[in-house]
Order: sequence, then structure tokens, then C-alpha cells
Amino acid sequence: MWNYIKPRQSNLLAWQVGLLVAIFVFWHVATKPGLIPPIVFENDQQAAFFFGEPLKIFGRVWAWFVTNADIYQHLWVTLLETVLAFGIGTGLGLGCGLWLALSPMAAAICDPYIKALNSMPRVILAPIFAVWFGLGIASKVALGVTLVFFIVFFNVYQGVKEVSPVVLANARMLGASQKQLLRHVYLPSATSWVFSSLHTSVGLAFVGAVVGEYLGSSRGVGYLILQAEGAFDINTVMAGILVLTVFALALDAGVGKLEKRLMKWQPKSGETEKL
Amino acid sequence: MAAPALELDNVACTFVSKDDPSQRYTAVREVALTVGAGEFVSVVGPTGCGKSTLLNVAAGLLQPSTGSVRVFGEPLVGINARAGYMFQSESLMPWRTALQNVMAGLEFRGVADAREQAEEWLKRVGLGGFGNRYPHQLSGGMRKRVSLAQTLVLDPDIILMDEPFSALDIQTRQLMENEVLALWSAKKKAVLFITHDLDEAIAMSDRVVCLSAGPGSRPIGEFAIDLPLPRDVAEVRVMPRFVELHQAIWSVLRDEVLKGYQQQLAA
Repeated sequence: MWNYIKPRQSNLLAWQVGLLVAIFVFWHVATKPGLIPPIVFENDQQAAFFFGEPLKIFGRVWAWFVTNADIYQHLWVTLLETVLAFGIGTGLGLGCGLWLALSPMAAAICDPYIKALNSMPRVILAPIFAVWFGLGIASKVALGVTLVFFIVFFNVYQGVKEVSPVVLANARMLGASQKQLLRHVYLPSATSWVFSSLHTSVGLAFVGAVVGEYLGSSRGVGYLILQAEGAFDINTVMAGILVLTVFALALDAGVGKLEKRLMKWQPKSGETEKL
Repeated sequence: MAAPALELDNVACTFVSKDDPSQRYTAVREVALTVGAGEFVSVVGPTGCGKSTLLNVAAGLLQPSTGSVRVFGEPLVGINARAGYMFQSESLMPWRTALQNVMAGLEFRGVADAREQAEEWLKRVGLGGFGNRYPHQLSGGMRKRVSLAQTLVLDPDIILMDEPFSALDIQTRQLMENEVLALWSAKKKAVLFITHDLDEAIAMSDRVVCLSAGPGSRPIGEFAIDLPLPRDVAEVRVMPRFVELHQAIWSVLRDEVLKGYQQQLAA
């Protein structure tokens, strides 16, 4: 019996799903009022009040997406903010990273300021952005951009600095101009670093959007969570977190897919010199 | 007489440590070296004697501290556009396939039939069916051959080679050496070939130049190789004349190799 269900490559997915189901079952059993006698809390309602109940959470999600179908406008706003923050932040990070890596003097001048900006707790800028850009999506995008920018920037900077000097010299001997070096050597070399940072930055773009909404907005999943919290509706808060997690995972998978397509030249472990 | 393809005149290269300007290292000094058009010149010397430095100077990748470099009589400014450079270590762009790597130089120059020329050269180095592989999917010898095609597809007037075959096994190495010799005798380019392998130098060149041990290496001997052409690198090694030349050059080189070895031990 054990040999049949023993974890291996072929039943990996079953084990992953099984673990998820087990967590939800445990959660259900521990919080459902009246199912087991209270151990930690004084009465059997409190566990459900603090941690929510999985069945009610799923009911909430179901209502959002199917019966009431009222989450779409909120989800759309949050996703739009995330994608905009991700795109703008990545673009700016890439541009500035390339520029500073290729002009050492500019990098030397900017160095202390970049370090200062990076070490500053940037979430604290959210209220300022709300004042500057209003309560619409612009202030959330701005917050997300500040979070994404530095991750991408530092990775591109590092990536350009670590271009193999031999490959660079070879391209120069082959007659590449400065522009061609940028396009054919620096950029491809930096992309591997950029992609390792994109997984982190997708998550941070989401953080920027939701935290921004949480601090002041009239739409978005962060706004839904804030409203529910005000009413001590822990099930709706958990449902919001669940929805956000699923979409963050989906975005991350999208980045992963793109990475796989663009980075097929990179050797995977055990694949080098396979002839 | 036409100007030589490459002429190094009284070249010296001194490196200054970035962290401590008082730390200086003179790699080569008083180097006078000419490579005639169509001539195959090898430079041999003990390890760490600045052979690669000389090649970088000839390629225009490194500015000499003193002295001048002339290419076909013209003073060299910036990158040596008439030279192709085959590097010692991995120099292929890992994000390009073998074919795209061979195409790179033509593409940079905006040549229209880059793909056709590159495909032809890949075939010529025996990799016709491997065009769409990435460098990491090729063996070391195959990557060297792609490098060779990448350099030669541009049809440079001067070919600079920095121990191009040192990382290869002996069989692949002899094959590649013969290939290079065949290509060279067909096109008669000027070749400056760096190696630490005296056998390789004698078997392939018209002329062998010996460098002294570093720091401050300089040429200490020059030998014309009068073995008959065309040569096969494996066969030529057993000729009596080859052995004579080998002994003559080795007697000059031996003391320097020992000196270089002692210095490395002491350091």
C-alpha cells in the first residue's frame, strides 16, 4: 500500500493537492463550532471568530465570483494597478540600471542617493502618494513602482557589471558598435538577472497595490478587505487573501512561462554538454 | 616592399594597481615584433610572460604604455578592425545559437547574406547540423570550432589566436591544427599565434618568437622554421629537422621556463 502512494515524481501533484486539502480539513475541524470541544478558547464560537471557517470562506468566494458576481470590478482595479506598477517599475529599473552600469561617473554620483532611497521604508510613502495622486489607481501604481523599481534596478546593474569580459571583448573584435553591444551583449546578459528579480517584483507589485488600497480607496480587493475588517467579518478578509494569493500565483506562473521561453539558451543543471 | 600586416615597435605594458598606485607590474617591455602579410608567426614563452598582453595590444583592446602599433603601415587607433581574434577562454555569446554566433560579426556589419555565409562556414568546420544548438549544448571542441568559424567568416587580414586549442584533447587538437593550417594556406592571411606548446608552434609556423620570463618579458630569440609546406602536424613531428629546431629553441627557452617557475614558487 505504502509503495503505491509513496511520494515520487509521478504522484507529486496528488501529494501537493493532498497537502492543501489536509490543511483546509484541519482548519475546518479546528474552527467549526461544536465539532470538537474548545481547547484553547473559552467557548466554541471563538475559534471561528478569530480564524474564520473554510466553508464560509469558500461560500464568500463563490458569492463574489458567481452568485453576486460583484468582485470583478474590484479585482480588475487591483490587477490593473499591479500590472501597471510591474510594467512601469520594470521598465524604469531596466533603463536606469543599464544607464548607470554603463556610465561609471553617473553611478558614482548617484550611488549614495540610490542606497538611501533603497534603505528607506518605502511603504511609508503611500500617504504622500495619496495626497499627490489622489485616491484613484495612480497613487497605488506609484507605490508599486517604488517597490518594483529597486529590485529590478539592482539586478540589472549587477547583471551588466558581470558580463563576461571575454564575451564583451569578442563582440568588440567582431565589430559591434556601442549600440550593438548594448542590444546584443549587455541586454541579453542582464536578462537572466532580471528574470530572477521579476518573480520577487510581481509579488511586490501586488503588495504595493493592496497596501495602497488598504490605506485609502473606494475600489479594489484591498478596499474589500478593509471594509470586512471594519465589520470583524474574518471570513471575508480570509476570502480576500485567498483570492489575492491565487492571482499572485497566476502572475508568477506567467513570468515563469515567459522566462522559460526567453531563457532557453541557459544550461539547466545536468544538461550541459549533452552531446 | 609592402608594409607588414602587423608591426609592434618598442611596446611596453605596465599595469598600475587600482587600489594602490605604487604597485606597478610591467608585463612586457621592449617588444619589437613584425608579422608580414601572409606570414604565420608563433610566440612561445613560459607561463605568465605576457603573451596574451601582446595579443591584446595587437587587437587594440589594450593601449600600450609606450611604443606604437602599426597595421599595414597605418598607426592603430582603437579596435584593430582588420584583425580577427580567437580567444583562449569561452568567448561565444551563450544566448545565441551556434549559427547566430557565427553570424554575429556579419550582422554587426549589416551584411545581407549573413545567414548563407555563416551556414557555409559552419559546414566548413564540420558543424553543419549543429547550427541551432546553444553553446552549452556543444562539446568544448565544437565550441572552439564555432569560435573559429565566427572569426574566419569575417575574412580578416590578420588572425590573432591566443592558445586556441590548449583546452582540447590531443586528437581534436591535431585535427583543428590541420584545419587551421589548411585554411591558412588557402587564404594566406597574417597569423599571430600564441601558445605555450613548442611542438605546436614549430609544426604550424613560418617563424617562432621566444619571450623571456616575466615580469618585463621581451623577445629573446627568433627562429625561422624551414620545414616543407604543406604540413601535417602529426607527421612533421618525426622529421629530423623538426627535432633539430625543437632542440635549438628549447635550449633558449629552457632557462626562461625555469626562471619563470622559480619566480612563481617564490611569489
